[in-house]
Order: sequence, then structure tokens, then C-alpha cells
Amino acid sequence: MPAFLNKEKLQHVGKTLRYSLYVCTHPLDGYWDLTHEKRGSVAAANIIIILALLTTLLSYQYGNPMIYGFVQLQYFNVYRVIAGFLAPIFIGTLANWGLTTLFDGKGTMKDVYMAIGYAFTPYVIINLPCIFISNVLTIEEGAFIYYASSVSSVWMGVLIVSAVMQIHDYTITKTILTLIATAVGMLLIVFVLLLFFSLISDAAAYFISMYKEISYRFY
Amino acid sequence: MKRKGIISILLCFVVLLLSPDITVKAKQAPYTYVYDYWIDARESPDAYEAVFYVTGDDLGVGDFKDPMGMYAKDDHIYICDTGNNRIVVVKRDGDQFTAVDVISEFTGDSEVLTFNSPQDIFVADNGDYYICDTNNQRVVHLNSEKQLVKLLTKPVDETVDQNSDFLPTKAVADVAGRVYVLAKNYNKGFVQYHSDGSFVGFIGASEAKFNLVDYLWKMIATKEQKARMVQFVPTEYSNVALDKDGFIYCTTMTFDRWELLTTAKPIRKLNAQGTDILVKNGWEPPVGDLDWQDAAGYNGPSRFIDITVLDNDIYLALDMTRSRIFAYDEQGNLLYAFGGVGNRLGYMLGPVAIDHLGYDLVVLDQRTQAFTVFTLTEYGKLINSALDEYKKGNYDKSAEYWQQVLRLNGNYDLAYTGIGRSLFRQKRYKEAMEYFEFSKERKHYSKAFQLYRKEWIEENIGWIVAIFLALIVVPNLVEFIKRIKREVDRA
Repeated sequence: MPAFLNKEKLQHVGKTLRYSLYVCTHPLDGYWDLTHEKRGSVAAANIIIILALLTTLLSYQYGNPMIYGFVQLQYFNVYRVIAGFLAPIFIGTLANWGLTTLFDGKGTMKDVYMAIGYAFTPYVIINLPCIFISNVLTIEEGAFIYYASSVSSVWMGVLIVSAVMQIHDYTITKTILTLIATAVGMLLIVFVLLLFFSLISDAAAYFISMYKEISYRFY
Repeated sequence: MKRKGIISILLCFVVLLLSPDITVKAKQAPYTYVYDYWIDARESPDAYEAVFYVTGDDLGVGDFKDPMGMYAKDDHIYICDTGNNRIVVVKRDGDQFTAVDVISEFTGDSEVLTFNSPQDIFVADNGDYYICDTNNQRVVHLNSEKQLVKLLTKPVDETVDQNSDFLPTKAVADVAGRVYVLAKNYNKGFVQYHSDGSFVGFIGASEAKFNLVDYLWKMIATKEQKARMVQFVPTEYSNVALDKDGFIYCTTMTFDRWELLTTAKPIRKLNAQGTDILVKNGWEPPVGDLDWQDAAGYNGPSRFIDITVLDNDIYLALDMTRSRIFAYDEQGNLLYAFGGVGNRLGYMLGPVAIDHLGYDLVVLDQRTQAFTVFTLTEYGKLINSALDEYKKGNYDKSAEYWQQVLRLNGNYDLAYTGIGRSLFRQKRYKEAMEYFEFSKERKHYSKAFQLYRKEWIEENIGWIVAIFLALIVVPNLVEFIKRIKREVDRA
């Protein structure tokens, strides 16, 4: 048995995973204890994010297409869906951590990631069963699915606000301002990434074309 | 360590750039196609094929010169030979086309009158001719003996500017002898005349368009700039046709491309009040091309220049942009689109008019100065039969025809829906669901699914109750027995 799978650690992961249920029913108290009392773990956050990702993917595979919408299979790219789901989480973590370290935030990057991970709990709890329920519903009854997923989104929003508030020990106004700034920061990060990649590829293209020219010259 | 990372990233780019470029070739547009749920043009077998190409010279009357209007009735084709100031009447006899008459003058009240650039002709059921004698600023009404009945001239009305020219371009007449004339620069709709030739009024004016951007510009523009700006004018129609019940079908080309799917309504069906009553039950409203594939100078949405309505209520609109013909059924579903710009048979350069002889189509080309006759293929006939049977209420027979259509074109969504409907009527819900899923008919699918679910529950109610009992009652019972046992033991 590998070392990281010993019984104690597994029990700890199990306990912290179960704690996510407490977090989503008692967001303020839950998020305070999550970091300050060390009742959460990154492993649990990872598991929740993977489950949420699976929920997204399963809704394409097993959701009723009449309710979830049709998928154009020849253009469907599962890796793009995965990237589209994970990238905002990582970039959001980065942007929020970068901002809050400048503005007296108490949380570390690990804390921010954990908080976002735990915030996905209602998404999994509500949407995962909906995928299978959707297969026995007509389109008119499909409105139920729509309402359920709306509820899960609102719930997630509440969780993320209280997470930022408790982890960084902010007031509510500061939290909301931070969240808006985080959104702007995410856009900035994406912009810088694009700029970086296009510059690098231009630079590489220059050397490649030079190599080609020289090789034609001596060929 | 750090340097290694940078080098490996650079290497990745090098590999990416050295890999061969993927050249994407523009797909040549198929001759006949339909749009699927994803608005992809799917190639389809030809529904119509061009069989005859006839010039004026072939008919022995000398080449046409800029012909602009055409009408077809029974087995006669009336061609408005605008540049030669004459009407050529062509009789079709199987595959023979002969010019039976050339109308270039008519006897007025006293003197012999001629035409000046006539742009359209309409022939009523009783054989009367209505000819738009455009540059003479009148519509000429002749009886079947080509004797003058009346001249329709510029309407005398206070809403009409008496100093402006009256240039009638299209005309139709209903069974009661009322004449509807489309005149250049008249944007209040059709000019309507009574059967005795008196002006009645305008009909079918579309609402004036209001454009916010234009409005904002006008606020800051100077007087001179304002004068040069186009006024807020309602759309002008480009052509008109009557269906067998006397409804007016008309087309318009004056709209902005972003309005195409909402307010443009390039094809309209007007009732007696002049309101649009066209049925639009298809995925998208009937607007012609949905995927423009702008290339080679052919840009933007379809611009319909003429329309014709077959006796089974299929209407075909002629697109000037890409020289294509779009066929829609009564419900507004695209049946097939075909044609293209070119010199080959079946392609057109400057189509201006379309009409039908029975189920055959006649398309007049102004640039090549000839008309092309299209006939239905086996595939087109099957679609027509399926639609006709459905209209008569023979749903099962209609489904049989749709089956045959599917054998020729597996991408035909309407066929799947048609078969699904028939299966639904036969209470074969499970199979109906399958077909509705193919054609992505969500409403129909849902209805079939609802009934299928009900059936399933009714069939399996015994099992459902049994499982329910097993899950709820049995554990409770076991608990109860255990408790009694405990009590007994304790006693």
C-alpha cells in the first residue's frame, strides 16, 4: 500500500469531505472553521471539484438532450469542456489570492483553493441527481431541472461570498468589492497569458523562418 | 532547472510551428440542399432539374432584350420583352416551345398605341391581360382579344405627389377584377384599383422602420447632412404573386441584414386587409440562405426578386444574390434550395422572374436573355406526394412516401417528423420518439414520451408497488418482529 493511502490520512479526508455538507448549510461558521480550525483539506476540495467536473461531463452523456440541449458530436471536444471548467477555478484562485495578499487578506492560496472547492458542493448535490431524473421528465417538466440548477447557482454564489469574507476576515462591502476586482483580475491574467503566448510564438517563428532561409540557401 | 523549463517551452513551440499547415478548402456549395437543425447545408438529391433552356432566337422571334417580367398560365408563357417593347407569348407542347403571338401594339379608343419598356404582365383567368407599360406610366388592361378595356394611370389622390412619375413595375388582378400595382418609389404598399379602373387606395404598407443609430446621427447632423440622409421609409416590395385562393404573396429586398430573422420578413402573405399572415412554423422563418458563406463577391442574405405559389401551397422564391430558388411548404419549412450562379444548364446569371406551369418551374434570366424550364424529379415528386397526403389527412400514406424520401435522402428532417407523426397516431410511442429524436422535434418528442411513460407505468404498476413495499414495509416488519422477539426474550 502506498504511503499516502494509510488509514489515518484516509479517515482525515473522509472527515473533511463530510465537513463540506456542514459548510454548505452553515456557510459563515463553516468557512471560519474550515481554515482557522483546520477542518478542511485540499484533498477533499480536489475530490469535490472532480465530482463537479464529472457532473458537467455526465450531463452531456446521460442528461436528456431534449432538456439539456443537443450536442453537435462532430464538434464536441471533451478536453475543451474540461479546460473550460477547470481554468476559471485556477485563474480565479490565482487572481483572488493575488489581490487579497495586497489588501490584508488572511487566507493563503491553499485556503482560497479549498474555499472554492467546498463551494462546489451544492452544485454536485443538486445537479448530479438531476441528470438522471431528467430522463424521466417531459420538456414541460424540464423546467424543474432549470429551477434546481438556478438554486444551485445562487447557493454557490452565497457560499463564495461568505468564503471570501471568512477566509480573509473581510467585511461584506470589502468582500463584494474584492470579488468584482477578482473578476477583472481574471480577465487581466487571461490577457497577459494570450500576450505571452503570442509573443513567444512570434519569436519562435522568427528563428524557424531564419533556419528555413539558411537551409534553402545551402540546399 | 529554470533554464531547462524555458527551453522545453520554446521547443514545444518549435514543434508546433514545424508541423505541416492544415489547409482548409472551401467546400463547393451543393446544387440542391436543405438546412439541418444546426444550420448546416446538407446536400440533397435534386428535387428539380433543368431540362430546357430557350432563347428568343430559338423561338424564331429574335433575341430578347433585357426581359424583366414573365407570367405563366396553363401551357402558355408570357414574356415581357422589355427592351424590345413587346410581349412574346410562348406555347409549351411537351418539349416543344413555339412563339404563338407577339403583342407589340394595341388599338386604343381611336389610334394604335405601343408599349414603352413594359416590365410585367399578368393574365387573368378569363384571359384578360394586365401589362405594366412602365415608361408610359400606365397599366394597360386588354381583353383576351387584345382590345383595350381600360388604362390605369397615376392615382389621383391627395396622398400622391402629382409631379412625380408613376412607374408601375408589377401588377396582379384578382378574380373580382381588382388590380394591385407595384410602382417604383411608392412605399405605401400596393396601389389598388377597382375593377372599373378607379383608384381605391394603398394596401399592405409595412410599418416605417425606426433606427436608433440613424436617430442619434440625426441629432448631431447639420441641415445639409440631414437632407442627404435617407428618410425613414417603409420597405418597398420587389415582386408580387397570387396563390390559387387569391392571397397576395410578395417579396421585399429592402432590409438590413441583422433584421433578417426578426423584423425583415422578406416573404409575406397578405390578406385582404394587407396584414402579413405567412405561417412560420419552421426552425427559422423563410428567409432563404441561413449560412451565407460569403465568398467570391456573393455576400449577404438572400434577396428575393420573385415568388411563385404552386397549387399545393408550396411557394418558391427566387434569390437574386446567389441565383438560387428556395422552396417552402405551407408551414414555412424549407423543402429544398437549389441553383447557383453560372453558365451551365440549371444555373443562372441574372434571374428576374419565376413562375410555374403546373409543377414545372420557368425562370427568366435577364442577363442571358432566356428562360429555363425545371421539372420535378422522382425525389421532388415524393416530397410533394407526402405533403399532399398529409394535407388530405392520410397520415399513414404520407408516412409511406416519407419512407421513400428517406431512402433517397437520409438527412431529411421533415421526413423523420412525418413518419414520427404517423407512428404517434398509431400509438407506437416508443418508435415515434425515435423518429422525433432524429429530427429534433422537441415538442412532438415530449408528447410521445409523456404517453409512453404513462403506458409504461400502467404496465409495470405491479412491480413498482412490489418494490415500494419491499423497500418500505419489509424493513419495518423485520424491525417489528425483532422487537417482539426481544420482548419475548426479556419476559
